[in-house]
Amino acid sequence: MTKVTDLANAISGAVDDGDSVYLGGFTHLIPFAAGHEIIRQEYEDLHLMRATPDLVFDQMIAAGCASAVTFSWAGNPGVGSLRAFRRAVEDGVPNEITIDEYSHFGLVSRLFAGARDMPFVPLRSLVGSSLPEHNDSIRTVKNPFAPDEQVCVVPPLNPDVSIVRGQRASPEGDAHLWGITGDVVDAAFAADTVVLCVEEIVDTETLRSDPNRTEIPGTVVDYVVEAPYGSHPSYTQGYYGRDNAAYLEWDEMSKTHESTQEWLDEWVYGVEDRREYVEKLGAERLLDLEPTHDYAEPIDMGRYA
Amino acid sequence: MSDLDYTDTELMITRAALELRNDDTVLVGVGVPNLACNLAKRTHAPDLQMIYESGTVDSNPDALPLSIGDPVLATGARSIVPMYEGFSRYLQSGRIDVGFLGGAQIDKRGNINSTVIGDYDDPKVRLPGSGGACEISSNAHRTLIITPHQKRRFPEEVDFITSPGYVEGREEMGLRGGPEAVITDKAVMKFDDNGEMYVDTLHVGVTRDEVQEATGWEVQFADDVTETPTPDDEEIRLIREKLDPDGIYTGGGD
Repeated sequence: MTKVTDLANAISGAVDDGDSVYLGGFTHLIPFAAGHEIIRQEYEDLHLMRATPDLVFDQMIAAGCASAVTFSWAGNPGVGSLRAFRRAVEDGVPNEITIDEYSHFGLVSRLFAGARDMPFVPLRSLVGSSLPEHNDSIRTVKNPFAPDEQVCVVPPLNPDVSIVRGQRASPEGDAHLWGITGDVVDAAFAADTVVLCVEEIVDTETLRSDPNRTEIPGTVVDYVVEAPYGSHPSYTQGYYGRDNAAYLEWDEMSKTHESTQEWLDEWVYGVEDRREYVEKLGAERLLDLEPTHDYAEPIDMGRYA
Repeated sequence: MSDLDYTDTELMITRAALELRNDDTVLVGVGVPNLACNLAKRTHAPDLQMIYESGTVDSNPDALPLSIGDPVLATGARSIVPMYEGFSRYLQSGRIDVGFLGGAQIDKRGNINSTVIGDYDDPKVRLPGSGGACEISSNAHRTLIITPHQKRRFPEEVDFITSPGYVEGREEMGLRGGPEAVITDKAVMKFDDNGEMYVDTLHVGVTRDEVQEATGWEVQFADDVTETPTPDDEEIRLIREKLDPDGIYTGGGD
């Protein structure tokens, strides 16, 4: 059964005010188009979750969508600080947000548990750091097999909604991903509702020709959206590169709350959808991000009939 | 010794590269650590295997990556694994020999703070936080710290321990390794048997007083403090012509 819809419909169907919303992706495959749609639909009081908040959370926080952020590294990758995140944490601008902070392994361990309905996951780090003093979700237990040993544990994370991206999907929501998959797959399996955005919707036979590459099965997906360039200024491996200039520009544009609002007015509220955003970016900028081809060798699945 | 004038950053890169061995698997960060690893690979450690927090294993980037999740690290890698598998199968399992860390504050026991300056609940400065830094310091066999040498960066105790150094009971907690060297723009420091930092080598032209001035506790010096090896011409040429031709990390600011 097809789950294909447009992004505005998927977001309004999946997300409610007050929800916890995980946006997957580690540098790669960040759902910027979906984040912008959440801003346009003026959601409030969201508990935003992702390992690396990145610019998309800076934009959503500046727009007043967030009341809490779960994260493990809140910076502008390769550039410096996330300025809107800092304004919210340090000065309560535009509103106070609470933070729920982990190390990367702590956070992805929570997703791992959430995706598998495990009561908790142990990990060999976080002990010796100050993080457990400030987060009640990081606790220590006695190793039941070696009672002298104290082990850190974290509880499952089950977001109300996860929004994830892949390269291509069938209309049923089976998705091929390649390149850096980061936290994407566990984020999809851990959530109640999943919005899947892809560069291309392809036929079911294409997906089933390479089942090892199907990282996300349609059985966990509720909405499928074709959103070309929906990762920009993040990237989609094989389709377009990371727009490093945009990350540097954001550092300038986000210097004050006012200048950040001007950017949102122009690039989020001022465009109707991703298509208008892409047209506004212009062909030249997108062509500069095009990689040359580097195809993987085909594999032989064999046919056994 | 190089006849070329080298910058502080170039010296830190070449000195960090010297710490890497040919059979090492190293968890790399962007910037100076990435340049140090690529320099080592092109000189004495061609088989060095580079793994990034994003999950790319044995990356051989064609261009300088500007983020640890850059697509140049994925194309042509030996393998790419999800984040959970990178942190568990590679790092927690003991398969990473060396990790690189930096931070806003480092104290005399090698604890690193990259979380907040001031009080956690009412911070003066909110920094990005751990990312994988806590795991790297807890699970890599050796940790190398690279940072500019300034008094505010070297307090006697950090405001927040993001990455544990030689905290009390480190071994009993099941933590592996520990910081091996701190490479700054003034000196290279190592750690004694009590887990306290001491100056091992001083960079050319740097005095003991200058290091003390830039450090927030009474610095210990090795009995036989020597001069830090300087970059040679080939290393400088590789950095400028091959590794960072646009001077993104090495140009200016020194």
